[in-house]
Amino acid sequence: MKIKLTFWRAVFLAIMACGLYSTYVRYIHGLGAATNMTDQFPWGFWIGFDCLCGVMLAAGGFCMVGAVYLFNVQSLHSVVRPAVLTAFLGYLLFIVGLLFDLGRPWFIWHQLIYMNPHSVMFEVGMCVMTYTTVLFFEFLPNVFERLNLKTPIKWIHKIYPVLIVAGILLSTLHQSSLGSLYLIMPSKLHPFWYSPALPFFFFGSAVAVGLAMTIFESTQSAKALGRQLELSVLVRLGGALLVALWVNALLRFEDYFHRGMLREITKPSYEAYFLWLELALSFVIPITLLSFKRIRLSPNGLYLASVLSLFGFITNRLNVSLIGFETYVGHHYLPKWTEFSVTLMIIALGFFMFAIAVKYLPIFPREEHAVEAVTTPARVITAGVPIPEHAGD
Amino acid sequence: MSKALLYDSTICIGCKQCEQACATQNKLPYDDAVAAEAQQSEHKYTVVLTKGDKFMRRLCMHCEHPACASVCPVGAFHKTKDGPVVYDVWKCIGCRYCMAACAFSQPKYEWGSLNPRVRKCIMCPDRVSAGKQTACAEICPTGATKFGDRDDLVREAQDRIRQNPSTYLNRIYGLHEVGGTCVLILAGVNVEDFGYPASSRIGETPMPEYTGRVMERVPDFIPVWSLVLGGIYWISHRREEVAAAEAQEKKKNGGTR
Repeated sequence: MKIKLTFWRAVFLAIMACGLYSTYVRYIHGLGAATNMTDQFPWGFWIGFDCLCGVMLAAGGFCMVGAVYLFNVQSLHSVVRPAVLTAFLGYLLFIVGLLFDLGRPWFIWHQLIYMNPHSVMFEVGMCVMTYTTVLFFEFLPNVFERLNLKTPIKWIHKIYPVLIVAGILLSTLHQSSLGSLYLIMPSKLHPFWYSPALPFFFFGSAVAVGLAMTIFESTQSAKALGRQLELSVLVRLGGALLVALWVNALLRFEDYFHRGMLREITKPSYEAYFLWLELALSFVIPITLLSFKRIRLSPNGLYLASVLSLFGFITNRLNVSLIGFETYVGHHYLPKWTEFSVTLMIIALGFFMFAIAVKYLPIFPREEHAVEAVTTPARVITAGVPIPEHAGD
Repeated sequence: MSKALLYDSTICIGCKQCEQACATQNKLPYDDAVAAEAQQSEHKYTVVLTKGDKFMRRLCMHCEHPACASVCPVGAFHKTKDGPVVYDVWKCIGCRYCMAACAFSQPKYEWGSLNPRVRKCIMCPDRVSAGKQTACAEICPTGATKFGDRDDLVREAQDRIRQNPSTYLNRIYGLHEVGGTCVLILAGVNVEDFGYPASSRIGETPMPEYTGRVMERVPDFIPVWSLVLGGIYWISHRREEVAAAEAQEKKKNGGTR
């Protein structure tokens, strides 16, 4: 097979080259040389984006599995496999990101023997570990089908109810616990984002992001693989997204109301600008858009609303993990280029693996275009995709 | 009985001998350059700060309910029965949650190392368990840093305030902050001016309670939520089974439609 160098492949190679150099800096010269983290800012972009946003963006897996297998919504069946694939890759890459961020990644297994059940981080670690295993089993039928192995598929189908329940249980636990991580920092995190309800916000937004991410990734894959877009599926997801956004927005409003912050958040300040950006992107604009029936029924409108809300919730996670600490610390934190480049590399890897999986495994249901899809090279997937809100990471 | 340190900033003369003794005790480099550093770091566990003619010492507060110990996923921190909060480097995986969680921002990191450790004052646990004072208290020429039982030191601090109300602000920093600490501070000025977090800001709730309130629900949440999810699964699939069975029944009876 001859591989042609196209624009997007060149971009991919450039990202990988920079990423590998940054990896070298990280592991040869240490965290201090590779990042702008300090004693005052012990958690930086790798925690804020790779971990918090990464896990959030992989929520589509448990949302779709929940809708289709738990609530038996058969009409969404076609999006389950890509969603599970995205989630599986997302968690794998989250672990890769963690290996960069941990100071002593070679001792990551200590988690299994020196357990501290009081630690939220311990809970998150255990959940992520077991959930990645669950996702692996949910993903396996793709491989078995491809290899035409009937018996193991039967086995997996036998344990499917357990996998589904375990997967959703574990997701509920760790999606919310990522918010609980910050509960112990009431004196450090800015009151715009510190709230006793953080675990609820994190879980609620994960559900909304799961829906938005599925719309985004279905649209992108359809474009890249030249498949027919199933509008009825997208419209259903869009409706659910609208409800999820409303629920999230009301939760946030209630929280500000009860903590007497409503006047505070309308006053201009450094934090307020970031909060406004977050609220506009995650709630105000997408909810307004989706409230128009014409937009809710159009693929482009749904796509736009989903992508905006994804950016909104990414802003939220970065606000909680980075912006919210700047006033306490007294100075700004801007990630070093090596931090960005490692994150970009991880994202690019996600796209690459997604493309490979889609190419060789029966992720999307067969249709006439399938033949065409198989011959479409991997690069198309990356084409025209805005990098930051990528599928896998 | 928990041991503690009482630091009385009004009798501190800023000689920085505690800094030097600390460095010697912990085998850290100490020279004029390090002495001039006005902040704590991975090679300077304690610092004497100067503002005009006032001095203030900073060091790990050795909380009665340490946040660092509660958040560490591998339990690398723990509070000994003598009072010191100590660190087990072998367990540490380097997640730095301790640094993010500490209300006093005491844990520092070896950012330049390839196998970095978290560094902070550990209150000379070997000396303390052997019945000796901490290195800083032993060397202090004026008794500004005093080592002893926490209860005795609290009483002594209260006496000092009572006897010299004009010298001291009427407060013992660390008595109730975040549920009490094993470093108690007496001063004639606000400790907040020297970078200590305000009492009103950190409150009197032991830090582990903030996450504990959520974590204690987890053991109940798991079986309940599993049952709910399992129930939903059963109901939604049962409906399908019933529908299928009914359809078959109808077919058998010749069908109505």
